[in-house]
Amino acid sequence: MPLVKGGHIIADEFVRITDDAELPAQGAILVSETRLLADPQALLGRTGGKCGVIWPNNRDVDDLVPHLDRLALVGLVFPSFRDGRAYTQARLLRERYGYRGELRATGQVLRDQFVFMLRAGFDAFEVKKQADAEAFTETVKRYSVFYQPAGDGRISALHQRLQLRHSESAGL
Amino acid sequence: MYAYDEIDRTLVNERVAEFRDQVKRRLSGELSEDEFKMLRLQNGVYLQLHAYMYRIAIPYGTLSSEQLRRLAHVARRYDRGYGHFTTRQNIQFNWIKLAELPDAMADLAEVGIQSMQTSGNNMRNVTSDQWAGVAPGEIEDPRIWAELLRQFTTLHPEFSFLPRKFKIAITASEHDRAAIKIHDIGLRLLKNEQGQTGFEVLVGGGLGRSPFIAKTIKPFVHGHDILSYVEAILRVYNQYGRRDNIYKARIKILVHELGIEKFAAEVEEEWQQIRDGVLKLDDGIIEDIRSRFFYPAYETLPHMPDELKQAAHDAKFEAWRKNSVSAHKVQGYAIVTVSLKPVGKPPGDATADQMDALADIADKYSFGEIRVGHEQNLALPHVRKRDLPAVWKALEAIGLAIPNVNLVSDIIACPGLDYCSLANARSIPIAQEITRRFANHDTANLIGRLHVNISGCINACGHHHVGHIGILGVEKNNEEFYQITIGGRADEGAELGTLIGPAVPYAEVADVVEDIVEAYLALRARPEELFVDTVKRLGVEPFRERVYATR
Ligand code: HEM
Ligand code: SF4
Repeated sequence: MPLVKGGHIIADEFVRITDDAELPAQGAILVSETRLLADPQALLGRTGGKCGVIWPNNRDVDDLVPHLDRLALVGLVFPSFRDGRAYTQARLLRERYGYRGELRATGQVLRDQFVFMLRAGFDAFEVKKQADAEAFTETVKRYSVFYQPAGDGRISALHQRLQLRHSESAGL
Repeated sequence: MYAYDEIDRTLVNERVAEFRDQVKRRLSGELSEDEFKMLRLQNGVYLQLHAYMYRIAIPYGTLSSEQLRRLAHVARRYDRGYGHFTTRQNIQFNWIKLAELPDAMADLAEVGIQSMQTSGNNMRNVTSDQWAGVAPGEIEDPRIWAELLRQFTTLHPEFSFLPRKFKIAITASEHDRAAIKIHDIGLRLLKNEQGQTGFEVLVGGGLGRSPFIAKTIKPFVHGHDILSYVEAILRVYNQYGRRDNIYKARIKILVHELGIEKFAAEVEEEWQQIRDGVLKLDDGIIEDIRSRFFYPAYETLPHMPDELKQAAHDAKFEAWRKNSVSAHKVQGYAIVTVSLKPVGKPPGDATADQMDALADIADKYSFGEIRVGHEQNLALPHVRKRDLPAVWKALEAIGLAIPNVNLVSDIIACPGLDYCSLANARSIPIAQEITRRFANHDTANLIGRLHVNISGCINACGHHHVGHIGILGVEKNNEEFYQITIGGRADEGAELGTLIGPAVPYAEVADVVEDIVEAYLALRARPEELFVDTVKRLGVEPFRERVYATR
């Protein structure tokens, strides 16, 4: 699956490690939540490279919070494009718990969800279809105005209008 | 009326462009039907028995005459010359071609009409009282708040893929015309003891397979906090709502399974973390939205003009006036309800020509404004009392001076087997037959207020659970049968109806309704005692006896 980050299709530096596989000495690794929680010290204290986790969408992110500052990547899961629990998890991680590492959308990720995902705080996308990955830059430009505030810092329509009024009345 | 500005217009146009691209990808095969389904549903497009069905939002039920004319245009240009007003302040077209949908959408966008989130598992069109802003005694115009919520809910980045659909309704009047207790969230605008404006918040109502009346989750949420409170409810629902079984996925089931106290505690905990964040409203923002609502420049008029006194001699006019004309908050004005329930026609249908004519009537007599209510009727919200006779004549000319508002033939019905792929039984022909049985206005008038609601299956689109008489189509051995409930109501005293006995075959439904009505006429304490009140007083037993004694 192509990975889009920073608007470009890039090679994934993270290698997925199954729960029973041995840890490689070098390189960035991506593990399951079970493996992470079984021995966080071993994984997060590892000197050979960064560590990321795939966090399931039916588990509270509260359990992840103590480890956030040492995680380079959190992957959230869309088992189907209809299951939107990971949007809430993403916003909580970004807005409430201040997570600044890579937040990756995985699973059934289609171009029509990019805008929602970006606004919820995702910055990396494991896209299901090559054509969707290639259309990323174009797709995310679909919307230029937003009604409600979210964690992406874009101004909501309500506030945009007030600003317009102020600048009008100030004669700008 | 709320006037769209550049921001609203831009957003709708961007949405149309996105959908055009999605349709193109579907037609080229780039998108599978499964993937496209979710996208088309988010744009109000269903695949029905015969064709694509297109559902368009009429936020809080307010339309301008220009918008109504544009709906007529869509009916004529892309459909078969009519549209169907539903119980959710939407209009549906039943015969639209997929390839033409983006054009229909673009035509509507030009006048500020859209179909975003009129289906799919997201926050649906926010509904309200069709008399908002003109009803005497309301706390304030609830549409200001409905509009704030409309903006909040539209393309929400977190809540566009919920476990299931989500409906919010809001009222500001003591008499609830928005049926808030059968919505996922019901909001009742009120002023607290300190004179602050806020809401009683109810949660977990809904009909369908497992009907529930909403429970109060918080008696008072300040208006400034309403968006954050709603967001807290949705966040809890998005995380913990069931996704294993679509029949158990609505918030009503979560509230039921957790219990309202536990659910409320979860919401409270979440809300405390976000209430002073970016969703907090201030008076400036609220006033800004308020300023974009257009209110008519009312004249100072006499309470009882001569024109009305004269017209009162005409019995036909009086019959219509009595049940179609309601008090307005401004002296000399009235609210006119336009029944879309002519004898023998599908409830809620209007032809393109009727829509155009109504738009003209609204321009001439109602400051260019039309309202749509959940009873599948329309309203003209600002008619000068002296113009009532003229409005009546103009409505008569288009077959819409039907004097049956709130009477037994003012039936709410879903499309049933005639259009709907989920139906078990027909709804429209049942409604048509009942209207024929009670076509005599004097009889209907004698019976008084009586709401008959019909659904073609358990999904309850016709709100049968809360009909004074509810009729639900079920299937038995490939035959259409109907379960009859009585005593339901959708207003401030909302209740679910009680089943009166075994389901009856298609051919007997109208007879049963007649039997129930006869029993009521014999049992009521006084002529003013409404049917529902008689049922409340006596229970269903005497009605059951009357209906099943001979069957
Ligand atoms: C023909 C196309 C239609 C289809 C396929 C359809 C489908 C459905 C389904 C599946 C539900 C139940 C959802 C749930 O409980 O989770 C539902 C509910 C509902 N529908 Fe429809 N519907 C259609 C037309 C209509 C029409 C024409 C109306 C109005 C006359 C309507 C009004 C409603 C309402 C008010 C509910 C909510 C009932 C409740 O409170 O639970 N629908 N619809
Ligand atoms: S109640 Fe059933 S039959 Fe009627 S419109 Fe809804 S889904 Fe279709």
